Amino acid sequence: MRARLSWLKLPMAALASVMIAATMSTAAHAAEVKVAVAANFTEAVKEIGALFEKATGHKPVFSFGPTGGLYNQVTQAAPFEVFVSADQATPAKAIAEGHAVAGTAFTYATGKLVLFSKTDGLNLGEQTLKDGKFTKIAIANPKTAPYGTAAVEVMQKLGVYDALKGKIVEGNNIAQTYQFVDTANAEVGFIAFAQIALKPGGSRWVVPANLHKTIAQDAVLLKTGANNDAAKAFIAFLKGPEARKVIEKYGYGFVD
Amino acid sequence: MGELNFAQLWSPIRLTIELAFITTILLLIFGTPIAWWLARSKARWKEAVATVVAMPLVLPPTVLGFYLLLLLGPNGPGGWIAGLYGARTLAFTFTGLVIGSVIYSMPFVVQPIRNAFEAFGDRPLEVAATLRASPWDAFWSVAVPLARPGFLTGAILGFAHTIGEFGVILMIGGNIPGQTKVLSVAIYDFVETQHWTEAHILAGGMVVFSFAVILATMMLGRRYGQQGR
Repeated sequence: MRARLSWLKLPMAALASVMIAATMSTAAHAAEVKVAVAANFTEAVKEIGALFEKATGHKPVFSFGPTGGLYNQVTQAAPFEVFVSADQATPAKAIAEGHAVAGTAFTYATGKLVLFSKTDGLNLGEQTLKDGKFTKIAIANPKTAPYGTAAVEVMQKLGVYDALKGKIVEGNNIAQTYQFVDTANAEVGFIAFAQIALKPGGSRWVVPANLHKTIAQDAVLLKTGANNDAAKAFIAFLKGPEARKVIEKYGYGFVD
Repeated sequence: MGELNFAQLWSPIRLTIELAFITTILLLIFGTPIAWWLARSKARWKEAVATVVAMPLVLPPTVLGFYLLLLLGPNGPGGWIAGLYGARTLAFTFTGLVIGSVIYSMPFVVQPIRNAFEAFGDRPLEVAATLRASPWDAFWSVAVPLARPGFLTGAILGFAHTIGEFGVILMIGGNIPGQTKVLSVAIYDFVETQHWTEAHILAGGMVVFSFAVILATMMLGRRYGQQGR
């Protein structure tokens, strides 16, 4: 047995030294930051993450989900260090309930809601909702996803919510909602503009901002990340010009 | 949170039981001939068929959910069927959930029935044949009664597994109250929105239910096992 395994010794030793070296270099220069991100910001934050890693050497690890669901995990001691929410209420709640560091919440973007269909060349608009000539309309779960809440507000403001109620299908988060529309299982759906900003095809109507409350999206430093330089660096980077450029590219707005 | 809303709790329970009940009946109707063929056939490729039936045991629900979303949708066969009565898709419908559940729970029904058919061997059927029973008659009056424990176990497991289905339904259901918002999805919703009282009631009920079901199958197995010997 010993003879048989001896050939393993050399590579194992090499591997061990590499691992030790890797650990040491991580400790010295770069660290990891675990970031919980609302689903609508997925594409943008991946780009920002790559730029962040290049600029600082810190490695971001992203978890995506609906804002409500992610916060639920935060309350149960999830290891996230930064929370990139799709609303302002949840980060505020995180501070109030003692999970986040007071004074670190800031609005990194304002979201745009869009009515989207996979079919090309449709003239989508208010009239589409009033006519209701579709069998299914997809929205994100309004109880956990801010874009879902905004979608309900739009339908209520246009006075079509009761008429359309029976046609609504809910995605667990905005990503699944997009999937329902993208597979054409639902003819139309309210999704985040950022999800289709860089994708051609289909028909889209950017919902005027006066039809729903502003989707101001806040990020906050969680207490678990209060002593992690990488977490603080990520927050700073998210406010910076490089991140802003990416955020703008995906069609988000800013409060200032 | 406010007062408990019992309609909110009852609707998913009723829907889930309906789904499991219809699924179990369909599973027995479709699963029995498959189990019979798998038990009696000498075809070389029958284990390949058995493998296909058993695959949902191993595949993640997301794989099934993904394919079902495409197959049930307007560009798949499901959309074609839905078109026959003027709809566009079978996703987001109770029918869609039934189709998904039948595929997903099939191995839990076919396997015990196949085992039961195999357990009594060729002898009883040969005897029936010498007594001039037609194959159809022999199937109903000899094979089915002999395989009764297999049918019972299969039905219980198929029912219970459908009750516990989550991932597939989350992916193809669209969370519609009274139509596709089943128990497991309702629990998920309650947990995600921090309505833990409701979540506790439903989740606790599921724990008790699962205990009862598994205990019942085990006792059933013991009883028939001893009788058979």
